[in-house]
Amino acid sequence: MLTVVTFLPLLACAVLLVSRGLPDRARVWVWIATAAADLALVVVLWAGFGAGGGLRYEQRVRWIPSAGVSYHVGVDGLSLPLVALTCLLFLAVAVYSLRENRRVRSYTCLFLFLQTVCLGLFVALDLILFFVFFDLSIVGMFFVIAGWGHGEQGRAAALKFFLYTFIGSLALLLGFIGLYLAATPHTFDMLDLTRANPLAGRGAYAALVLLAIGVGLAVKTPTVPFHTWLPPAHTDAPATGSAILAGVLLKMGTYGFVRVAMPLLPSTWRDYAMVFIVVGAVSAVYGALVALGQTHFKRMIAYTSVNHMGYIILAVGAAGVLAGTDAQARALAVTGAVTQMVSHGLLTAALFLLSGVLYDRGGTYEMDQYSGLAAPSPKLATATGVAAFASLGIPGFSGFIAEFQIFTGSLASQAVATAIALTGILITAALFLRALRGMFMGSVRLPSSVGAGGFRDLVAPETFSIAPLLTLGLVIGVAPRFLLDVIEPASRTLVGLVAR
Amino acid sequence: MNENLAALIPETALLGAAVAGLLAGSWLPRRRQWVVAALAAAACVTGVAATAVTMAGGRGQLVFSGTFAVDTATDAGRLIVLGALLLVCAMSVESVRGHERETEYYVLLLLTGAGTLAMVGANDLLTLFAGYLLASVPAYALAGFAKDASSTEAALKYYLMGALTGVVMLAGVSVLYAAGHATLYGDLRQALPSAPYGLVAVGLVAVLAGLLFKIGGVPAHFWVPDVTDGAMAPVAAYVTTLPKIGGLIAAFRLLHQALPASDVNWPLLLAVLAALSMTLGNLAAFFQTSVKRLLAYSTISQVGYLLMAVAVATRTDLAQPALLFYLAAYALTNLGAFAVVTELPDARTLADYRGLARSRPALAAVLVVCLLGLVGTPPTGVFLGKLEVFTAAINGGYTWLAALAVANTVASLFYYLRWLAPLFHPAVPTNAHTTTGHWPATTAYLAATSSLALGLAGGAVLPLFTGALLP
Repeated sequence: MLTVVTFLPLLACAVLLVSRGLPDRARVWVWIATAAADLALVVVLWAGFGAGGGLRYEQRVRWIPSAGVSYHVGVDGLSLPLVALTCLLFLAVAVYSLRENRRVRSYTCLFLFLQTVCLGLFVALDLILFFVFFDLSIVGMFFVIAGWGHGEQGRAAALKFFLYTFIGSLALLLGFIGLYLAATPHTFDMLDLTRANPLAGRGAYAALVLLAIGVGLAVKTPTVPFHTWLPPAHTDAPATGSAILAGVLLKMGTYGFVRVAMPLLPSTWRDYAMVFIVVGAVSAVYGALVALGQTHFKRMIAYTSVNHMGYIILAVGAAGVLAGTDAQARALAVTGAVTQMVSHGLLTAALFLLSGVLYDRGGTYEMDQYSGLAAPSPKLATATGVAAFASLGIPGFSGFIAEFQIFTGSLASQAVATAIALTGILITAALFLRALRGMFMGSVRLPSSVGAGGFRDLVAPETFSIAPLLTLGLVIGVAPRFLLDVIEPASRTLVGLVAR
Repeated sequence: MNENLAALIPETALLGAAVAGLLAGSWLPRRRQWVVAALAAAACVTGVAATAVTMAGGRGQLVFSGTFAVDTATDAGRLIVLGALLLVCAMSVESVRGHERETEYYVLLLLTGAGTLAMVGANDLLTLFAGYLLASVPAYALAGFAKDASSTEAALKYYLMGALTGVVMLAGVSVLYAAGHATLYGDLRQALPSAPYGLVAVGLVAVLAGLLFKIGGVPAHFWVPDVTDGAMAPVAAYVTTLPKIGGLIAAFRLLHQALPASDVNWPLLLAVLAALSMTLGNLAAFFQTSVKRLLAYSTISQVGYLLMAVAVATRTDLAQPALLFYLAAYALTNLGAFAVVTELPDARTLADYRGLARSRPALAAVLVVCLLGLVGTPPTGVFLGKLEVFTAAINGGYTWLAALAVANTVASLFYYLRWLAPLFHPAVPTNAHTTTGHWPATTAYLAATSSLALGLAGGAVLPLFTGALLP
């Protein structure tokens, strides 16, 4: 079942690739149909998921037995929300792409390929399988940025993105090999490794493995000081690429922490939890401060991602501190971290798609070029306002649920770091409000590139891609139980594993 | 004494086809000389079939007083060499069709292939040297096959370097003989631990010099870029692929079988050579604008990764499958890239590849698969090979080497991407994308597909490469 969900987009990609005569519009509709079918399958999966923290829909096939690699997939409460998020975001991007008219054949194929890669990563239960998808996501996104980004600058950004994240992925690979060699018999299977806990009491060796894995995931997340690839990649990618990059690809890093680093290296994680707490708090504040200094709308959103990812790192770090806390607080922090991954995926993807609308009409992302947009385009203003408020974490939206849990769970053991990170919320509030006021209030002023026709409001594909994301953010904010019921048992299991 | 000639069917098939081809070629009309190419392909297929029978029956044996071993490494080496030779023949078809020396081309390929096979199975220093000569001399002629200025220079450089290292290697053989009073690896293994340290060290380094020349490893790598750039593209594909298979398996067997207990710290020597090869190859490849030179330096760095497995030959059981699998994956991937170069004879620089994704999307896809494959991006075969090699190196106690290899992998990404980026450039240069014909393109598709398949089906292939070497 999971295999079907994962490889359905790739199948559609292959079909689209060989069918030459199809018109562009039909291709995008095939893509939308595929993404919708995939989302429907995930809804079925979710409905049959049931209570409890274990793995469901597990499937294991021998792949390379002599190297200890198997095709092993399954979902639990940590991965199912991200699988659903991935399907939803790709559907939104597909709908949004109805406007795309540049090389549509390769464009649709690339995104379908990326969807398979992203889903594969979240369901993988084998380190090599995980790594394969991790690396392929870099390849896919490289071509998206290089092919449909902003010209020559886009190609340079793509190269930087590739080099930077590829270094991270190779560090990750070294860490995985370290884990593989430590276990007897040698294996890359995550469940076997979790059971064996091969690095318990291995001192410096275990620390090196955690360093390699930690750096690899930190680059992808990204946290300070490994975040420098993010702003150019986001700035020069197409809106759909940015939405997927921020919505799904960044989650691969944070998901790696809860899926690989914490359960497979529990004692080492506890020993070095402080490092992650500090990195998380610094990222949260630094990301917010740098975002405050931006005049470029898209770049500003990119930096708020650093800030939001910082909260997640803080939470997973705090979950590794046993002293002065109880299991419930730690589980709360982990639940908050996973909720934040979903929430950030929804809201930031919406913001990036909105920035794409802005660029489409005005040809620039510079915020001081626009003023009073609420008059000609009320729908755009409403959507941006909602997304901005949700993103800064006001109650009633998913961001609040997530951040509330993260801070409550972390405060128990890490009062200082949590207090520092908390200021990040204040700063993001300031920067979003300033951006909203500057761009949407006041008298109407548009960049010279906008033609005589004036500033067009959201058109149907844009509305129908962005509105569901914001609606779901609202639903999670008001009635989060359906999500938390899935995440919480898995968090408790994870916290139990870390405390071993 | 086992003199079972049937154990040597792949080698004799190549030699027989070479002789028959030479005789046939002297009276065949020029437009019928393709018969020799067919003969060469038939010889390769015969060899593959014979190897498959040997592998299926598990009939490993030492033949001719133990000078030649037919074991897992030989079988695997035969499969890789013969498969690669088939691909080289296929991509050559259009380049030499109707050429006045078409027959000679295939005969030379067959001869050097037979020499490579001899190196793969050599279990004796003199057999190894004979294989070296048989593999090298026809290759010098192949390098100069086009008879223009650059290929003549390539042949001359290749020959001079090969003659020098060949003499050094022969001297090394005699020094090792003096030290161990034997040339058989099995006898050397007994004798060398009690032999004088200096003699063994000097002899080993001298023998390695010849092997390093064959595989194009630092410090005997100077010929690689000039020969690759000067020779015809299919010949360049040949010299950057097949000799490496022979030389690396020969080095692995020599070190693993003859010197496991020696005082000479050859693992460290090999580790340093590996580190130098990958680093220097990468650094030199950075700013190349000629695609053939770029590929040449890339093969030097690939040798570095392959040497990692040789360095830990006796320290971990993972080394042998890692080396053999990486060789298979490397051969397919490298030949795929060269097949594209053969198919586009007018595209000599990176800039000439602008817009290939639009004008020839399938070829561009091959390049993406092969170049990212050479980087080691999953799920290609080289990724799995790299995974195996890194694992073997760490398991063998060379974690620093694995870390350096990772750093090098990242660095190599830079120049491979420099080649890939123009493919998606909107502007198409005039005439650069004229093609040679169907054969090189088909070879390219085949190689790229196989390289991907090897990565996905690694589980089925790896067990074939696992098995002890015969004493």
